This record gives sequence, C-alpha cells and structure tokens, in this order.
Amino acid sequence: MATDLQSAAITGLDKLELGPPPPAAEPGRLARRAWASLWPKLLAIALVLAIWQLVILTGWKHYVIKGPGPVFADLWGQMQHLQLWQIIEVTMRTAAVGYLLALVIGSVAGVLVARIPPLRAAVGSIITGLQTMPSIAWVPFAIIIFGENESAILFVVILGAAPSIANGLITGVDYTPPLLLRAGKTMGLHGFALYRYLILPASLPAYVAGMKQGWAFAWRSLMAGELVVQIIGQFSIGQQLSVDQQNLDFAGASSIIIVILVIGIVVDGLFTKADLTIRRRRGLLDNAF
Amino acid sequence: MSSLNGQLTPPDPGPGASAFPNLTMVADHAAKHTAEHAAGHTAEHAAAAVRLTDVSKVYGQGRRALLALDRVSLSVAPGEFVCLIGASGCGKSTLLSLVAGLDSPTSGQIDTSGLKVTLMFQEPALFPWLTAARNVELALRGPGISKAERRARALDLLETVHLGGFGGKRPHELSGGMRQRVAMARSLAQDADVLLMDEPFGALDAMTRDLLHDELERICAERTLSVLFVTHNVREAARLGDRVIVLSSRPGRVIEEYDVPRNEPRRIDSFDVAELASTITDRLREEMSRHGN
Repeated sequence: MATDLQSAAITGLDKLELGPPPPAAEPGRLARRAWASLWPKLLAIALVLAIWQLVILTGWKHYVIKGPGPVFADLWGQMQHLQLWQIIEVTMRTAAVGYLLALVIGSVAGVLVARIPPLRAAVGSIITGLQTMPSIAWVPFAIIIFGENESAILFVVILGAAPSIANGLITGVDYTPPLLLRAGKTMGLHGFALYRYLILPASLPAYVAGMKQGWAFAWRSLMAGELVVQIIGQFSIGQQLSVDQQNLDFAGASSIIIVILVIGIVVDGLFTKADLTIRRRRGLLDNAF
Repeated sequence: MSSLNGQLTPPDPGPGASAFPNLTMVADHAAKHTAEHAAGHTAEHAAAAVRLTDVSKVYGQGRRALLALDRVSLSVAPGEFVCLIGASGCGKSTLLSLVAGLDSPTSGQIDTSGLKVTLMFQEPALFPWLTAARNVELALRGPGISKAERRARALDLLETVHLGGFGGKRPHELSGGMRQRVAMARSLAQDADVLLMDEPFGALDAMTRDLLHDELERICAERTLSVLFVTHNVREAARLGDRVIVLSSRPGRVIEEYDVPRNEPRRIDSFDVAELASTITDRLREEMSRHGN
C-alpha cells in the first residue's frame, strides 16, 4: 500500500515537473518560422542590390561596371548552358575530394595530438599557426612540388582545411567535462572504449564547428588554387573567373562570383543545420530559438 | 562532549545522549584511535564490504602539500548503509574517489574484497547525446550480452526507478530528480555490490529528495547493496544511515560514529531522525568552531 502510494507520488511529481505536453503545432507555424528566418536574408540582399544600383547611378567607372540587371541577365543566360554546370561539377568534385582528405587527415592528427602529450607539445602550436597561413601562399609551393595539376589544388585545399578540423577535434577533446570522464571510468570505459563511447561523442559539437570552419577555408583555398593553377583540358569555376578577368567581362565575372557565394553559403548552411541539430538534441539550445 | 584531542579515553556520551534512547554512540575517533577502533571491530571488519585502514591522502608536494585525509579507518558491512558527513574540506569526496579507484591513497589500505564498486555523483553525469535507455545500456556493455538483452535489461532497470515510459527521452528532457534516477539505474546496471554516493540528492528540492530517499531505501533493501553515502545534509544522513560517520575538516579524520537503530518506517521528519540530526549538528558545530579559534 505504502509502496503503491510512493510509486504514485513519484509518477505524479514527474508529471508536475515536466509540465503539460507541448501544444500541437498550430497551422501556419512552420511558414511563420520560415518567414522569420528568411526576411532578414532577403533584406540583406535587397540592401546590397540597392547600394550596387546607387553606384551605377553615380556613373562611377560606368565603362566597366554593370548594374544588377545586366549581371543577373548574364547569370540566367549562363545557367541555360551546359558549360556553367560542367565547371561547377569540376570544382565541386575537387572540393569534395579535397575536403574528405582534409577531414581524414585533420581527424587523425586531432586525435593523435589530443591523446599524446609530447606530440601536442611538438606540433600543437604548428597546427594553430597553419590556420593563420593565407592559402594563396601555398599555391606556388604546391606548383613547385606537384606541377600545374589537380594534385597541387588538392594540396592547397587540404592545408587550408585540415588544421581547422584538427583544432576543432582537439578543442572538443579538451573540453570533455571531467565529471563525464569520471562517470565513464566508473563504468569501466578505458582506452579505445573511452574514446569511442565518451570522448569523441562529447567532442562532436566542437568537431562540427571545426569542420564548418574547415569547409570555409577549403572553399577559399580551392578558389585561390583554381585561379592560379591552370589545368589544361579541365575548366573550373576559378579558371572561368580568370578568363572573365582577362576579357574584362564584368557581368561574367560577377555571375561567377555569385555562383561561388551561393555554393559557399549553401554548404555552410548544411553545417549550420548539423550544428543546430546536435545542440538541440543535447539540450544546448533554448526551445524558443 | 566527546574527546577530540586524540586521547585514548572512552567516549563521553555527552549531555544530549541521555535524551536520545534510540541513539548509540559507538566510538569517539581521533587519529590515534584508529588501531583501537579497528581492533574493537574485528568481527565487523572480517565481513566488511569496504574497509579503509589508515588511509591518508596528500595533494601537492613540499610546502604546498595539503593533507586531505589523515589516517582514516572505517568499514562498511555487507548490506550496510553508512553515511559520511562533515563540514567543507573534510575530504568526503576524496574518500569516495579513493574507494572507487579513481585516485590512489598516499598511504594506507583500501580493501573492497574484490566486490564490484560503482560511484554516483551529485550531478547525474548522464551522457547528453544518449537517451535515458542508452545511458543505462552503456553501463551494461560487455562481452556475452546481446544488444537486445542490453535493451531489455536497461528498460527493466528504468522500470525499477519508475521511469518505464521515459527510456526514449534525452537527459535534458527530464527533471533533475528523473535524471538522478536514470543515474541510479545506470549504477544498478553495473551490478555492483558497493554503491558509493557523493551527495546524489544535493541539487534536488526537498520534496523530490524525500521521495528519492524512499526509493533508495527500497532498492537497497531489494538488492542487498552496501552503501557509502556522502552528504552535507545532517537530516539526510540520520534518515538514511544504519551508521553515520562524522569527519573533521582539514584534514579529514573520523571523529565520531553513530549507530542508528532501524525503527521502521523512518522519515525525514520523524522524531528519532530529528534528535539524531540535532546531536550530529552540535558535533559538527563544535568541530567547525575549532577552526574559528
């Protein structure tokens, strides 16, 4: 009897502490949230276009600079042709291969540096230093080693992205809460199991932040590499931009800049989405957010 | 009052003792009493689930060395619930870390008779990326247990702590009391004989704590667990313990032990608990005043 009462009291307290279940989603809530997230971006685009148009109206360098109208007409025209999609494919393939290699190298380096103190003392600051290197500085170095080919570009992409990925992982490992480590050890987690079940999952938010930053560096490095390294028979976004520059084609160059910007923003958005999902699952986000 | 100066004198029951017929003061401990006390409890020690003999712990070296525990000797019998209480800096948490094997004593011996020991913290220390059920399952990880069996046992254990319907919830979706019960289920999953608890209910409100005392009592009785329970809360110690051990501060030494008769049902607001809590509080104040002089 007492146990039944105790059980009922605990169940009752749980219900009281958790509060009522969240109300069912009201119709249109999703659309309102989407609009709330979209309108600031649209406003930013409108502001950029307005400033751009104002510059055109002043007549500054009117013989070169074109307004938003001609540029978007050029972009629309390029989108009707296969060539734009082909150069995007070439660049994205290089980006994917380079980023994946950077992910593997950065992750292995991150785990080793985080786990082996002498290695951290030896190369920890070098990894941070590599992050500050402008990627364009690696291009001549890469051409000397590999010649003007895809390997040179991949080299630059990997050197651009891997340090951020490694640093993200090292930070995640360093910030694993000591209490969780103690709890893991009392459960018998040691060695590889400690990493597999505790340290790596605990590091995931910082690791994803490092991956996101790594992508930004990889994309920049790739563009720098493609602008300088001319590969015969392989036309890429960077090379197209280089050609537009040589032809003083403002509209064409602006179209490619817009393509670079959109791809960069879309991929960055995917990382942001992954980051928010992880934080939401771990209760690190306010529900109202 | 009881002697604190380390003289080998029999314990003075004190002015308050006669007013508490249910309270038996076992021994008055100062550091030098260790050997005598150990000898006086040979039978109990022989069957001890946990036994500490002259355990000292020093942090740091040279002039910066800090003596956290000084020749602490105590034991926990199988199935016994022992509460450790003391003011700040008495080394209670250090002592549990040593027994749990998370740290090593500077000197002395800790014997857990080969029994499996687990530790519960003040914070639930659940892994936030796992659901409640997966947190418990992780503790069941080991050779010879299939995934399905682990899942079934985890759900059973959650049922034991009245969280049957919450296996799919993540820690942040549960209340503080529920999280602590998941942590309890996770400790039980380790099939330990000795449960070390470091102020597990310290962060909970009084109502929840009261209910969890009943829960803990029920679970310990069902599983014949030996418990070493650290708390700052004198009433909690008096409510739960079969024995309450009082530690001095800086360094931590055993200065008093109280046997608590099992008068069922014991509640946090019962007269016996209040009386014992009052006695222990007086003893703690006396100890704290020693540092004020």
